[in-house]
Amino acid sequence: MTGEETLHLFQLMLQYLLPTLKLFGFTLLYAIPLGMIVALLKMCRIKPISWLTNLYILIMRGTPLLLQIIVVYYSVPTLRSNAHCPEFLRTLLNTVELKGDAGTVYMFRMILLAFVLNYAAYFAEIFRGGIESIPKGQYEAAGMLGFSRLQTFFRIILPQVVKRVIPASSNEVITLVKDTSLAYAMGYMEIMYIAKKQMTTFSSLTPLFMAGAFYFVMATLLTIGFGFVEKKLNYYK
Amino acid sequence: MAKMLEVANLQKSFGDLSVLKDITFDVNQGEVIAVIGPSGSGKSTLLRCLTQLEHADGGTIRVCEEDLLTDKGYKDHKTVRSIRLKTGLVFQNFNLFPHMTVLRNITEAPVCVLKKDKSEAQKRAMELLSKMGLEAKADAYPCELSGGQQQRVSIARALALSPEILFFDEPTSALDPELTGEILKVIKELAAEGMTMVIVTHEMAFARDVADRVIFMEGGVIVEQGAPSQLFGENASERVQQFLSRFNS
Repeated sequence: MTGEETLHLFQLMLQYLLPTLKLFGFTLLYAIPLGMIVALLKMCRIKPISWLTNLYILIMRGTPLLLQIIVVYYSVPTLRSNAHCPEFLRTLLNTVELKGDAGTVYMFRMILLAFVLNYAAYFAEIFRGGIESIPKGQYEAAGMLGFSRLQTFFRIILPQVVKRVIPASSNEVITLVKDTSLAYAMGYMEIMYIAKKQMTTFSSLTPLFMAGAFYFVMATLLTIGFGFVEKKLNYYK
Repeated sequence: MAKMLEVANLQKSFGDLSVLKDITFDVNQGEVIAVIGPSGSGKSTLLRCLTQLEHADGGTIRVCEEDLLTDKGYKDHKTVRSIRLKTGLVFQNFNLFPHMTVLRNITEAPVCVLKKDKSEAQKRAMELLSKMGLEAKADAYPCELSGGQQQRVSIARALALSPEILFFDEPTSALDPELTGEILKVIKELAAEGMTMVIVTHEMAFARDVADRVIFMEGGVIVEQGAPSQLFGENASERVQQFLSRFNS
């Protein structure tokens, strides 16, 4: 590839960076709170709730994310053409538009849904570990001082959990930035998509290396960012 | 004299293990009680039942002439909670909140639980800290303090809620002997001010000097109780003398 072509490729990739960041950002936005809820459900004293949550986590962590993306994406078209599909569900599913601009929106939402469901399970396990690592004495001290259960969780426990889960969470977040490339399999137009396309056009590996560089820079920035946050939270032990 | 604590026939078991069997004793206002006895005698469990960290299985508890546990079980949630705020507990391993400054450790409950004005709570906290000789540490985090300092902060934190009765669960057991003295000094000062206290301790000399009454527990029962002069004297039961002889040698 000529220098000019490379520069053009770089500009093109910058445009496709946005969808990658969009998927990354929205996944974190939903998966982190959902992960906290899932963690609390798993620790729930009502056994069936705890078991069901555990089953969900097992499935999400035990099967490939790529497979989950495909299943979620094809669930609507497959279900509504299934003869056994209940009528009310078919009517509901028939309202989903798969073609044109609406189809693009549908695709993003389904990919996002799969990412959120998957990452929430991983975050849940991290958060649960964090919550369970807080000594019992913290709950007892809070109880003696009259804090309600909600106050205890939000004022005493959660701030300490945040500090403890940062290292493990940073791993997940960095993995996520690279995992967004899986959306390429559904035709989602992000960095990996344009890299593969340009590779074919130019019969050159340069687009792939450039895509790699984009992921590398994002992962490195995140590493630096998390290092900074960890340091900030180091004001107490 | 007002009764601050009335415990009768208190029982508690963990599974098949009966830890408290029929504990009965009273505490008068301004009295300092030392609870002594060998490990596993149920001292800590007794304290945890009185501070509601454990649910007793039977018996009755009255705090400040208000029923907490009766023959019909525990009182309603609201009563139980209001009684709890009249009792303070100082833990063996402090249990300060590590992510809060010393000052916030003390003001958090008055502000969030008692809905006190923040500046007022801070003023009161600074008074308590200066009483503990720690006003310079208000902005420090617990991890920056020595064990003795942390324990003094935790005493200040308990006092910030103005409890009617203060319980201590082996307050010096996690401290080296040099730091033990500073905690005992604080407790002595509180005693002089008329604070009602129940102290589980292994510091026999301290129990003898400060307590108005000493309770010796073993095997989930109170073996003997009385004035320090009685328990530490020659007329104490053989078992008490045998136990104490280990500390004197």
